[in-house]
Amino acid sequence: MKLLARTTPALPAERITRISGFGTRSSADGYLYRPTEVHEIRHIFDLAKQTGREVVLRGAGRSYGDANIADEAIILDITRMKRILNWDKQSGIIECEAGATIEDLWRTCIEDGYWPPVVSGTMYPTLAGALAMNIHGKNNFCQGTLGEHVTELDVLFPTGDLKTLTPKDDLLYAVIGSAGLLGVITRVKMQMKKIHSGDTEVLPVFCRNWDDQFATFESFEHDADYLVSWIDCFGRGANSGRGQIHVGWYTHESSDLPASLRPEHQDLPDTILGRFPKATVWRILRRFNNRLGMRLINTAKNTASKLLGDRKMHPQSLVGFSFLLDYVPNWRNAYLPGGFIQYQSFVPKERAREVFGKLIEMQQDAGLEAFLGVLKRHRPDKFLLTHAVDGYSLALDFKVTDKNWPRIEKLCHQMNDVVLAAGGRFYFAKDSTMRPSDARAYLGDSLNRFQELKKHLDPEGLLTSKLAERLQLFG
Amino acid sequence: MREFKHAIVIGASSGIGAELVKLLASRGTRVAAVARRADRLAQMAISLGSNVLPVEHDVTHYDEVPALFQKIAQELGGLDLVIYVAGVMPPVGPHEYDFAKDKQMIEVNVLGAIAWLDQAAIRFENTRHGSIVAVGSVAGDRGRSGQPVYNASKAALTTYMEALRNRLAKLGVSVVTIKPGPTATEMTAALHMKMMPPEKVAEFILKKADKTGEHYVKAAHRVAFAVIRNTPSAIFRRLKI
Repeated sequence: MKLLARTTPALPAERITRISGFGTRSSADGYLYRPTEVHEIRHIFDLAKQTGREVVLRGAGRSYGDANIADEAIILDITRMKRILNWDKQSGIIECEAGATIEDLWRTCIEDGYWPPVVSGTMYPTLAGALAMNIHGKNNFCQGTLGEHVTELDVLFPTGDLKTLTPKDDLLYAVIGSAGLLGVITRVKMQMKKIHSGDTEVLPVFCRNWDDQFATFESFEHDADYLVSWIDCFGRGANSGRGQIHVGWYTHESSDLPASLRPEHQDLPDTILGRFPKATVWRILRRFNNRLGMRLINTAKNTASKLLGDRKMHPQSLVGFSFLLDYVPNWRNAYLPGGFIQYQSFVPKERAREVFGKLIEMQQDAGLEAFLGVLKRHRPDKFLLTHAVDGYSLALDFKVTDKNWPRIEKLCHQMNDVVLAAGGRFYFAKDSTMRPSDARAYLGDSLNRFQELKKHLDPEGLLTSKLAERLQLFG
Repeated sequence: MREFKHAIVIGASSGIGAELVKLLASRGTRVAAVARRADRLAQMAISLGSNVLPVEHDVTHYDEVPALFQKIAQELGGLDLVIYVAGVMPPVGPHEYDFAKDKQMIEVNVLGAIAWLDQAAIRFENTRHGSIVAVGSVAGDRGRSGQPVYNASKAALTTYMEALRNRLAKLGVSVVTIKPGPTATEMTAALHMKMMPPEKVAEFILKKADKTGEHYVKAAHRVAFAVIRNTPSAIFRRLKI
């Protein structure tokens, strides 16, 4: 019989809190600490050791699944370490604490004609979180991941060692993308991209099916700065893969370049369609957030993209074009109470057409059509636990209920098999349904190398997450 | 009925508590069985398997509770249900005023409950979820001549739970008081009356564990004690109940 030790020191009881992944499907209770200095992080590591607890690293909590939560762990939330330490407007190199967000970056540098080289669909992730996941954007095919633009970073390991890494260090390529399981990124230096305008030129292109989608991507991938496509996941047969690609270019010539670089030019509108206050829109969305409602919305969007403005170039602010997910505050609430998951798979270009067609068919046959589908073009990189391929990714948003969860999980496992058979990969920031064997299948020897590093850099196994436990990443 | 993943039962070595542990474990809940009698806990762990975490603890050792509470939640991997069942009712004669017995009842039935359920309240108030259940008694509804301090202890527990309910229910936390009538347990072995089987009471508790409020186990008790609670004191003292 196991009897618990009575002398274990207690943590302050009121620090307990419930955290969840962005999709709200997974949650966990833990003890929240928000340090403001590196030495406080060391203290948190010591506290964890004294109380026999693990530590989960958390930025803005924007990873969709369970990568930023852990049961009964100390939650090390880095969002208060967000000072901009230096901004060199000549070289375009910014230095900041890792809790700074993508929003902090663009607001700091846009007036000087710079823009973050890679951004996610939302401006709220911290750099620590974004680099832990090595995020990509709509320009992954030409600019790579965010990690490729880091010129220097500090990482504090659970041993208490603080290391400064540059692209010359192999360890940088392991820490970036390691889902916060090797150390805490505390400071980042990054090369920002020179821009001449705060606007983009955007070309919407309606696509009737997968063939159209891939042909359009191929026709623009050597020329465009950004490429992204919305997919109507209700399209069947000859209509499978229908949707609308947005091709974006940085604006180089315009009469109001300086004005467009002002932050106020970038701010998103307060209303949607000029009428609905943004804060209320998720409540409206919620009414349509069912299979029938989403079928109607997808059909309407499909029709609109065919009939209105197809292939008509229009200007759009960088913020407006980049951060589509920020148009509707709290939009994830439309998925409550069960939340949602995003299933994103990355497939080599030679097999993408076949695999994504199959995935769409599988989710339709299961009666579990994704309410949103997004297609992007990618390029490979040399990060240890990379998700990238020379190919495409398809992201599918599934609404979850207690009732449909077993079916969704089964569907995702079946889709994993299809993706892996085609040499595909997955992405920790989005994952909720991988099995340990799936992770091992695509990570291969990289996982062994990661486990060796883990033993060396975190010998007491302090850093964890529900994702790491679910995928048995530590062996 | 809601499924609970992680639970603590305090007062788990016999009677209703033991039945609760058995039921929860059989439904797949990871449950910490907290009690003083280590031998019984050991037996329970062997017979019920790995879903049961036995924890030896005397509920009058209040200072142990904060650390132990956290440690148990950590071992379980989370927490969504805390049930306080521990209670004592030593035999008390009609003219007996034994402070040692009275003190023990207050310590176990009231202070022990507060020590544990305060921790549950802090946790669930901050995490905005969870269920807190205390097993009170119909004996707490009125002060009766036979068991002054037992009645007082259960009344205190009931009032404490009502106050927790008023604090926490609006935050999404279930706060539940169960009022069983006489139940066939070791505590009531000396009483000679018709008893409810503890397994039935345990089933009822789990059925109501996420239903905020006070619940009588028997419908007849709900009616009878509504009358008893509202009987004027001058009349009540003349009744032999």
